[in-house]
Amino acid sequence: MNPVATPFFFYMLSGLMILGGVLVITRKNPVHSALALILTLLGQAGLYLMLYAPFVAGVQIILYVGGIMVLFLFVIMLVNIERTQKDKPFNKLWLVGILAAVALGVLLVRIYAKGSAMFVQPVVPLPETENTQRVGEMLYRNYMFPFEIASLLLLVAMIGAVVMAKKRI
Amino acid sequence: MLDYIRSYLDPSVQQTPGQAGNLFWALVYILIVFAGVSLIVVCMNWLERKVLAHMQVRLGPMRVGPHGLLQPIADALKLILKEDIIPQGADVFVFWMAPLIILLAVFSVYCVIPFGPTHAITDMNIGILFMLGVSSLAVLGIVMAGWASNSHYPLIGALRSSAQMVSYEVAMGLAVVSVVLMTSLNPTGTGTLSMIGIVRAQQAQQIWFLFKFFPLGLISFFIFAVAMVAETNRAPFDLPEAESELTAGFHTEYSGLRWSLFMLGEYAAMIAVSSIAVTLWLGGWMRPFPHWLSGPSWDLAFSFFPALTFFFLAGLTFYSTRRMPKHPYFRVQTLGLGALGGVFLLIALILSVPGVRRSVQDVYWFVAKIAGFLYLYIWYRGTFPRYRFDQLMKVGWKVLLPLGIGVLTLTAVVGVLQP
Repeated sequence: MNPVATPFFFYMLSGLMILGGVLVITRKNPVHSALALILTLLGQAGLYLMLYAPFVAGVQIILYVGGIMVLFLFVIMLVNIERTQKDKPFNKLWLVGILAAVALGVLLVRIYAKGSAMFVQPVVPLPETENTQRVGEMLYRNYMFPFEIASLLLLVAMIGAVVMAKKRI
Repeated sequence: MLDYIRSYLDPSVQQTPGQAGNLFWALVYILIVFAGVSLIVVCMNWLERKVLAHMQVRLGPMRVGPHGLLQPIADALKLILKEDIIPQGADVFVFWMAPLIILLAVFSVYCVIPFGPTHAITDMNIGILFMLGVSSLAVLGIVMAGWASNSHYPLIGALRSSAQMVSYEVAMGLAVVSVVLMTSLNPTGTGTLSMIGIVRAQQAQQIWFLFKFFPLGLISFFIFAVAMVAETNRAPFDLPEAESELTAGFHTEYSGLRWSLFMLGEYAAMIAVSSIAVTLWLGGWMRPFPHWLSGPSWDLAFSFFPALTFFFLAGLTFYSTRRMPKHPYFRVQTLGLGALGGVFLLIALILSVPGVRRSVQDVYWFVAKIAGFLYLYIWYRGTFPRYRFDQLMKVGWKVLLPLGIGVLTLTAVVGVLQP
């Protein structure tokens, strides 16, 4: 199956992501910012799909949009929004911000100047239909040990959260 | 253009239109699915009232049309014409978006539902993951609706509903993973997440996953069956409907058309999760006993089921027509009911034509299994009392989740031990 209108979708998704990102920092209402962030994350899932990584795209939607962002919204909705709306969205860290932006900009220009020579050419293009299986094999065969360590870390964090949240166990 | 359309109709094409990259047929399938779902929602609305009424020894709607058949249309008209109120101080944009997001999420799920080996809009490699992910977006719509209403009751109701949905999603995911494990029991040892692939795995293993590793498949199905009722906010987990004790839920401030969009989303979600259950545990589009009762004569016998269903419906309608009161006041209603019976008879006759008979098989069995689930939903509503919120959380986290983890582990162990 040949991809349909690839440049169009790339520019549409990228445009959506940039729009969402700009809205996240310019909206005064934190709930609107969170919703704009969701738009950005969905656009990112679309980009993963375009990279022939459907599994990563699906996990992105389930974890970030369906899980983490819902918890974000939970917290934001329970704080006092009237007070936060009077706060200025931009604080005094503009010097650090400009430095970071300049550094990222220089990086971007360098990469653009070098062109495609920067990137390693993929050895074998992975077929889309095997993406999930490949991810599974990588995680449970080649990188079993780091994967288990990561899950142990998550377990520790989970127990820590329960201990901190519960007064009496 | 015509060749492009015809190229998909070639019987050698064994792909869904999405996979074949055929935009035209994908569009046609989307329209058919959308219209079909809307039709089922209308029928379900009427059936729910009638069945519920008969369970409670009432008649249910009887006034609008014969046996209240036109009641859903009257209701829809009422909801459209009702004043659309946006509460003062509400966040208009978010308030406006919330029902749309729920509808969008629910209807996107239908992209991967396999009504037959080639009758799906598309087949994705990540099918079941896509369904779980997209249906989890509906939580966002609920949270947005509750917050944007600028009122305390919807906000608390939204937190309640979304906490419920998020916690039952976990148990649901575990039940689904145990089925995905079962699909990997083949010589190559690789499972699949694709919806069509899961049904094909059941076909290859010659068993519905409901009965696989008895009783493990049954238990995982039970977990899913409970979780899917909670996911769709239906009785006995229908806290958003609890007007008398909790001032309803996230849609308290919604009225008219917007409120009906929530209801449409709820019913469409019911059909969507039922079709996940059918695909994962009940063999999808396969007819009952495809291996035990195989052979051309059994195939022929089973192929008459779609027509027989409609003959039965036609007979039922004609019987009710005869039993209509003879008073001239009811003449139009009697004629209308008779005409409906005629339509059913016509559909039954069309379905008995050999060519049609063969091609509607898959879709018929899939829809029939879904219909069973929808009846169960109504039955639950007539049977179980509503859960309290803490009981609901207890069932989700302390019963279903450990049960799910246990079944998953046991499935893996039995799968490895199996020769």
